Amino acid sequence: MHELTVTESILAIALEHAQKAKASRVTEINLLIGNLSSIIDDSISFYWEIISKDTICAQSTLHFTRIPGHLQCNNCANEYDLVDELIPCPKCNSSNVTILRGNEFRVDSIEVIQDE
Amino acid sequence: MSQTIHINVIENILGANDQIAIKNASLLKANGVMTFNIMASPGAGKTSFILKIIEKLSDKYRIGVIEGDTSAATIDADKISKLGLPAVQINTGGDCHLDANMLRSGLDNLDLKSLDLVLVENVGNLVCPAAFKLGTYKNILVASIPEGDDKPYKYPAMYSAVDALIINKIDLLPYVPFNMDYFISGVKMLNPDLVSFPISCKTGEGMDEWVKWVTSVHVDFRSS
Repeated sequence: MHELTVTESILAIALEHAQKAKASRVTEINLLIGNLSSIIDDSISFYWEIISKDTICAQSTLHFTRIPGHLQCNNCANEYDLVDELIPCPKCNSSNVTILRGNEFRVDSIEVIQDE
Repeated sequence: MSQTIHINVIENILGANDQIAIKNASLLKANGVMTFNIMASPGAGKTSFILKIIEKLSDKYRIGVIEGDTSAATIDADKISKLGLPAVQINTGGDCHLDANMLRSGLDNLDLKSLDLVLVENVGNLVCPAAFKLGTYKNILVASIPEGDDKPYKYPAMYSAVDALIINKIDLLPYVPFNMDYFISGVKMLNPDLVSFPISCKTGEGMDEWVKWVTSVHVDFRSS
């Protein structure tokens, strides 16, 4: 059910920016989702079709850019990407780390059509 | 003539929720009500923990409770009402989490002026509640020993989003495999400054340390 709320928020943000730009149609929505943030499943695309149907976002495409977790070790300064689950520094095994990327959860940009 | 243009948005998807959360926080501050958003998986002991807080602190603070539930079952809210404390149930209508707007409607049903502490029991879930800020003063996660020691690794967003961690059911440590070092190592990676309280709601062990923490954050809240 979480996905419907998220999809509605994406639509509201896209419409607001499209209207500001006096766009007649929105064609692409680019999302940035960090792998450490809440998992979003395919149902977002499913909901998107339904809730955007009667808006200028109808038939637009959602693009999900996934950002892998990227950590820095505070002990040896090594930087590393997470492949699957959270792991300590692969160099020195320290758990004293800072998460640099992976918590993103945002609308990055949209492509719109403006009629002259 | 029509042209395609690219618009940079860079906006948090749940930004609208966050705005309402900020309003909730100022409403609560204005009324002098400290709030905890208590999150956990189903069965970790959220309700038992809340009952324990009431037992330990109801002579010190005037406490109210907001219960988030996915169904209309009022089992949890009834337990609180029996104690004679104001309790409000929010039925999320199937939603897997409380959001800031739902909390607002819950707060509207409490007499905030007559309360010092409101405990908000979120829906049992380690995924969704982490993404929705409510505007509560502190976010609390109740983990429990039988869930296993791998939960920080599987639910990083939840462990990153909280201010205090309760490790409940420590009376079960002799009976279930649970590597505390592995568990704490995952927690530290996600949230280095997270303060944690190993407790047992059943035996009462560890509750005194927790009560001390509540008292000290209440002083911070009053002077903030």
